[in-house]
Order: sequence, then structure tokens, then C-alpha cells
Amino acid sequence: MQRIGVFVCWCGTNIAATVDVKAVAEAARKEPGVVFATDYQYMCSEAGQKLIRDAIAEHKLTGVVICSCSPRMHEATFRKTVEAAGLNPYMLEVANIREQCSWIHKDRTEATEKAVVLARTAIAKVSLNVPLTAGESPVTKRALVIGGGIAGIQSALDIADAGYEVDIVEKQPTIGGKMTQIDKTFPTLDCAACILTPKMVDAAQHEKITIYSYSEVTEVTGFVGAFKARIKRKARFVDETKCTGCGECTSKCPSKKNKNEFNLGLDNRTAIYIPFAQAVPKVAVIDAESCIKKKTGKCGLCQKICGAGAIDYEQKDEYIEREYGAIVVATGYNPIDLAKYDEYAYSQSPDVVTSLELERLMNAAGPTKGTLLRPSDGTHPHTIVFIQCVGSRCDDARGKPYCSKICCMYTAKHAMLIREKYPDTEVHVFYIDVRTPGKNFDEFYRRAVEQYGVDYIKGMVGKVVPHDGKLLVQGSDLIANEQVRIEADMVVLAAAIEPDKSARSIATMLTASIDTNDFFTEAHPKLRPVESPTAGVFLSGVCQGPKDIPETVAQASACAAKVIGLLAKDKLKGNPCVAHVNEEMCNGCSTCEKVCPYGAITYQDKEFRVPGPKRTEIRRVASVNEAVCQGCGACTVACMSGAMDIKGFANKQIFAEVDAICR
Amino acid sequence: MQEIFGRIKKRAAELFADGTVTRMVGWQKGESDYDKTPAVFGPDMKGFVYDGFCGANLSKYLINLSKVEGRTLVLLKPCDSYSFNQLLTEHRIDRDKVYAIGIDCNGKLDINKIRALGVKGIRSVAEEGDEVVLDTVYGSKRVKRSEVLLDRCYCCKGKDHVAGDEFILAEKRVDTTTTDRFELVKKLEAMTPDERYEFWRGELSRCIRCNACRNVCPACSCVKCVFDNPALGTDSKANSDTFEENMFHIIRAFHVAGRCTDCGECSRVCPQHIPLHLLNRKFIRDIDELYGEYQAGAEVGQRGPLTDFAKNDAEPGATPDKGGKK
Repeated sequence: MQRIGVFVCWCGTNIAATVDVKAVAEAARKEPGVVFATDYQYMCSEAGQKLIRDAIAEHKLTGVVICSCSPRMHEATFRKTVEAAGLNPYMLEVANIREQCSWIHKDRTEATEKAVVLARTAIAKVSLNVPLTAGESPVTKRALVIGGGIAGIQSALDIADAGYEVDIVEKQPTIGGKMTQIDKTFPTLDCAACILTPKMVDAAQHEKITIYSYSEVTEVTGFVGAFKARIKRKARFVDETKCTGCGECTSKCPSKKNKNEFNLGLDNRTAIYIPFAQAVPKVAVIDAESCIKKKTGKCGLCQKICGAGAIDYEQKDEYIEREYGAIVVATGYNPIDLAKYDEYAYSQSPDVVTSLELERLMNAAGPTKGTLLRPSDGTHPHTIVFIQCVGSRCDDARGKPYCSKICCMYTAKHAMLIREKYPDTEVHVFYIDVRTPGKNFDEFYRRAVEQYGVDYIKGMVGKVVPHDGKLLVQGSDLIANEQVRIEADMVVLAAAIEPDKSARSIATMLTASIDTNDFFTEAHPKLRPVESPTAGVFLSGVCQGPKDIPETVAQASACAAKVIGLLAKDKLKGNPCVAHVNEEMCNGCSTCEKVCPYGAITYQDKEFRVPGPKRTEIRRVASVNEAVCQGCGACTVACMSGAMDIKGFANKQIFAEVDAICR
Repeated sequence: MQEIFGRIKKRAAELFADGTVTRMVGWQKGESDYDKTPAVFGPDMKGFVYDGFCGANLSKYLINLSKVEGRTLVLLKPCDSYSFNQLLTEHRIDRDKVYAIGIDCNGKLDINKIRALGVKGIRSVAEEGDEVVLDTVYGSKRVKRSEVLLDRCYCCKGKDHVAGDEFILAEKRVDTTTTDRFELVKKLEAMTPDERYEFWRGELSRCIRCNACRNVCPACSCVKCVFDNPALGTDSKANSDTFEENMFHIIRAFHVAGRCTDCGECSRVCPQHIPLHLLNRKFIRDIDELYGEYQAGAEVGQRGPLTDFAKNDAEPGATPDKGGKK
């Protein structure tokens, strides 16, 4: 028989105002096994914890029940308390009489009655608790960063600077991500390339960082501290170790009419290409779909020209497998497809562009060499209309319900830069709200309005009609309460951003969760914002939610700090409340294996002693990898024979709790 | 049927002779002539029979038989082949240790229906066209086969086997299907909860907990059943009154949900004539409606809807718009 102590916390008035704590302690004292019960104002305070430790010693307690706030709040605190007094930390149960009782009830009698039941339930459970010991597993001291944009680069640099090996896997031929396509950055207007490209070079030159560009993670197995990833290195038909990046091949390639992804299709590139001058690695890549040699077998010009002998048309996809202790997801974002927003005539007129396309049209390395010209006829636009929230804050299925966060600021930036460079240009911005919470953000926006005279119109645009080389924009001005018609030369759409399409498959691969918009979910929205709920998986950048560059970099470094904290450990202590199998009862039917979301269950053939002359038989039985198991309990409810159980949450304990409630 | 029996015997003898199999699981006469019971035979096949009373599903016996030396020959009627596949899916049978012959079935006979026609003292059964000829101690009796089949045969899953190494089939296949298998389930669904409760309390009150339904059920194949395991506490949750017997059947139905192939053995063996298969059919109907039509045992290795997850899965009770019911 256990010797149980019950400690009822007042939580100041949080509990004591609604629950008669003395009555709860009194009722608990009468329960079987309870040898001591008391109440105290703040059980989590040092004085409260001392009271618990003293009682354990004085009354030789073997089990402890704390009636207090949610176990999510202080279970870890009280586990340490009982451990300090010499008890196993898992001989403790917390009855939540705050969130699930005092906070949601008004009537004192009812609340007290319920608190007594909750205490009784915890006592019934702790009577069946057994001491548990957490297992240990080793940590591979290398991190995998999926995505080589500014988020991935920053996380990788910080982790590598702490002395750990980092591999960056980037699906594009170069690292750098979206930031490489951006011209200037708000609110300081420094050039994106000037601040990003040195970081790309830092990453490439760092002795602890390996960059796998033009590569994808295809499979991840294992668990925190010991992940195993399979990385597909797509054939680029150019030997990365030989190519010097001289660009001779790109100037001679006869296949010239291929959409240039870097300039978002606003100009063309050759079939063999280097994405842009500052690409890292600066290595050419052959687009097999437009390469004449790959398509017809004739040509081979680049191979003849290449002085380094780097061209290899026969190159095949390669796979490498490596082990990692931690994984950083930095898969980033894309603007949404605007095909569904045809009222803005995006697909009807080349002069209706997205904001990212405008970045290219204003960039010195862009298709117009930095002069803002209309894509349709190459003339200088005199009237430009910006439309905000295209697909953001959208309540229908076409768009996204969330605010994309960066559009207000980059639109102010675009408007300001255009007015600065081309003062004869009229700039109108249609907006729902202007959102500028950020350091120096509102000042920046006000400068656009007050100093640069950008015309902000509160209201949305109903229709854009291409007519006679112009774009007729019809919108409403909600403040003047009138319809506005503007004859524009260009229309710029602030398209909503959405997580990269790879987010979903990567989340599945990592068993990390994503929300309804495919953003990765954090372990806690406030207190654990850079960790995924899946142990060992960390979140960096926009894959977790819309962010601008400073926020992304801050989060990337925070993420790196968490990774370093993990890699610094030699061994990890697991959660002992995991599934275990009673092999004598296991049917080997694989039901638990099918329902396990973490892949923690495998099967093996084992020899068992059986009655009768044969003595032994081979049976297929389940086995749980305790380091992978998260203790969710899906297997225990799926198991017909009751062979699967969760330590610390055994079926028997749950039955006892239900019985105690129903008594 | 007599012709099929002859062909099975001939083929089995060949398989014994060439060493393909070392034993056969089939049927032999039980306590009475109409009570054909599963049995394991050696090469002499002494006492082996196959006739209209061989309703028993043999697939479950393979769990233990695939643990002993040598290969076992099993005879599978079309509906038994589903149970066979389901057991293979659950890794309960070692396929390499089994040689399966799919055999013809034109519906199996229900002794209770024959008795109701006033036929007694049966000594043997034979089939002639669509008639059943019963040799009894009071002389020969003829009944129409379509009137004396087991209930499950009127809503047969089909005469095609889903498993088998080879097949011994009649030239002319007989279709016995006449009713919708969910007819009675629909009736139960149409009842008020109180009426339904009364119906099941009435039926289940006859239960004597002989465990025949569990023991015969191919899905109830746990190494140790929760009801035989006092350590779990499942067996004595409600033992203060007869309600526990009721709960036994409900828990059993939950344990086989998504895995039950609807072989109907539970109702066939129940000495109290409780229509236990209706519980399972209700689950099957719910699964079909919520997750799309699913037949357990149709293929080896298939993932049942209750142990699989798809993003558009219905959430019963939570999302009526996705097909969930409030």
C-alpha cells in the first residue's frame, strides 16, 4: 500500500476564492492510502516546495498528489521537488483544480465538489504509479538545414560558428532564396544583394558548412539526436568540382529562349546557365528540358567550349545518406498564384505585375538593368497603381485568411523608390489598412506619404481593364465615399505569400505538424516559437509564419541557439512515459505499427517458451523504440489484446481514474 | 456437391503423395450427422467429408497449424478465403506453411430451418439439382435448398475466391443471394434508442457466455483475450449484473470492427441463436458510409479504414459536412 500525501494549493485567490481548499484537503485525507493532506497559499513557491519535501520525509510518503494548476504549468517543478526529497519523480500526480475547476466555475459548492472528485481521481491514479526511469540516447553532432534562403543560411552560420557540422540542402542551383531577387530592403533601403551575398559566401567558405545545392531531402528516419536523411543530388550535368563558373558555356549556348526563373520569366536564359552573377556555388547547371544535346543528342557545344572539362551529359541523380542530431526546417515561401484573381487582369496584361516582379524590374541585375520600364512596350510608366492584400486577409477560398505581413512595408518602399527616382510618376496605393508595427516602420511609411507624396487610397479595387495600351483601374475610396477611376500605365499586385509547396511533404517526412495554411506549427506559440512539437525539428523563417527579413534573421538565430543547445549534449534523456509491449500478449498483428504516427514500432521474431513437448515457439511481436515514441497512446487503444500500454498512463490507471470519478 | 467431394479427395491424396502437404484441415462428422466439425487429417483422410453441413470456416485453425512442422492443406469456401486473407494481413498465418484449395460452395444448410420443416433423424445429406435429399431414420426427405440455407448464404459475398493456390469448382456456380445484407441493420437503425436497447437486452439476455462466438471468430484470434486476462480489469468492469454479458458482445464487436469479414460464424455457432452478426454488420455499414465501401480480407496487406488516416477522413460527430453524423 502506498503512503500518499495530498497538497492542495490556493494559488492565491485563483483557486481559494472559488474552491474551499480546506474541504478538499479534508476529503482527500479520507481516501484510501492517504496518510497526509494539507493546503498552502502558493505550493510552487520555495516555502510550498519545502512543505512538500518535509512532509515526504516526515510521513515517509511514497506517492504525492498536488491539487493545483494545470500539469503543463508546474508538473516539471513538482517532479523536481519530490525528486529532491528522494522520491522517484514519476510518483507524482497533479490534479488540475485551477484551469479545469476554479477558473471555469462560479458556484463555490459545485467547484469544491468537483475539486474533491479531481483530487480523488489523482489519488486513484497515483496509487498505481510505479517509479519510472528515463532512457538515454546519443546525439549525432551534426545539423541538417532544409532550405538555403536567408533563414537557412543564418541558422547554419550560427550553428557552425558554435563548432558543429551543418549541411544545407537547397533545391535550387544556388543558395540565397527569395532575398536574392529583392532589390532594396525596408526600412533602411540598403541593397539586398549587398547584405546577402557576403553571407552566402561566408556559408560557402565556412569549414563546418557543406552546401548541397540542387538537392532535395527525400527521406528522413530516426529521431531526435539520431536522424537519418536521404538526400537526392539532382543531376546538373556539370561537374561541380571542375566548373570554375567562368560562364563561357552560357554565352555560347544556342538554346536561348528559356524562361529565366531568377527574373521570374521577365526575360530569357540559355539552357546551360548560372542563375545569377553572385550564385553560390557559382557553378553552371543544364536545364535538361531545353538543352538541345539532351533532347536531340546533337549540339554538345558547351562541352567543346568548357576549358575545365566540367560538362557531363551522362550525369545521373545521386543519393547520399547522412546522420543528423537536429533538423532545421527553413523552406520559405512563394507568392500565391494569381490565376484566380483575374479581375486584376494579371493574365491579360503584361503591365500588371506582382510586387516580386517589380523588384526585378527595378533591380540593376534585372531584365531592364534597373530602369523601370513597362514590360509590354518598354516605355516609362507615368501612372502606377499598387493594390494591397491581393489574396491576403481574404475570406473566400481563393486567398489566404492571414495577413502576409510584409506587403504594406514593401509597397511603401516601392512607392517611395519610384517617386524618388522618377518624380514625374503618379503613384496610387489602394489599401485596406496600413500595418507598420516594427522598428522605424511607421516613420518609413509616413515618409512615403508626407515626403514623397504617395497617394494612399483606403479601399479596394474592383476591376482592372486593359484598354488601348492603358489599364483602367476602378476602385472605391472609402474615406471620400466615392468611386475612383484611374488610367494607369502599370498595376502592381501585392500577392499574398504562402509556404513553399514542399512544406507539406517535408512535414510528413519529419512527422512535424503544419496548420491549415501549411505553415509549420511551433511547439508553443509563445514560449517555444522556434521548436516544432516533434523533438529535434526546429523552425526557421517564413515556413513557420509570415515574416520580414529582420524577423527571419532573428528567428533563424534563435532556432540555431536551440539546435546548439541540443547538439551540445552528449546524451539525451527521453520521456519515460512511452509505450511498452507485453510480449506474452502480443499477437504480432501490426495494428499498432499502422496507427503509430512516429514510426516507433517495429516487429521482430522472438522465441517464447510454451507449455507442451515442443517447449518453444517463434512469435512475431511488436517492439517499441523508446527514443522515438512520444507517448501519444494511439497504439494502446488500437491494440485488441491490451498488450500495448503507456508507462505512467497505463490502461489500469485510466480505469482507476474513471472509477474514481464515477464513484 | 458429391462430385466436388470426390475431386477434393482425389486432389488431396495427390498432394499428400507428392509431399506437398503433411496434413489437411477439413471436416468430419461430429456428434450428429448434420453437425460437421473441423478436423485435422493425415494422408489416409479417415472420416473426411464435404457436404451441405460443412459450414465451419477453417481459416482460424491455420494460426496454430502454421506453427507446427510441415505444410497444411486447407479447404476454403469463397467466404472463408476473406478470413484467410485477413489473418495473413495480420501476420497470424505463415503463408509458406499453407497450401490452400478454394473449393466450390453453393450455400450451406441451416439445421434449424430443416428441423422447422419437420425433418428429424438425419443420417446423411446429398444434393440433387436445387433439392436437398436428406436420408433420415424415417426415410428419405426432399426439401428445396433455397428454403434451408444459413441466413448468411442469402447475402453471400460472392462465389469467387480471393485467395487460394488452386481451385476445385463446379461447372455451374449457384448464386444464392436473395437479400440485402444490411436489411436487418437498417431495421435496427430505424428503431428509437429505447426500442433498440430493449431489442438487444432481450437478445443478449439469453447469452450463457459459452464463448463459442469468440472461439469460432477468425478475427478473435488474440494470443490472450482481454476477457481471459484478469490483470487488465476488462473482464470484471460490470460484473454486478447481467449487463456484463451485454458488454462482452459490445467490446467484442469493437475489437473486430474493421477486421470482421462478415463470415457469420458467430451467429451460426451461437447455441442461443443470438443474431450476433448484426452487431458486426452495423459496424461494417457505418464504416462503408463514413469511409467508403470496404471489405475486410478482400486483399492481403490492405489497410483497414480504422487503422489508416487520410486527410479527408470523416470525423463522426464532429464534421457532419464531411459525412460525419451528429
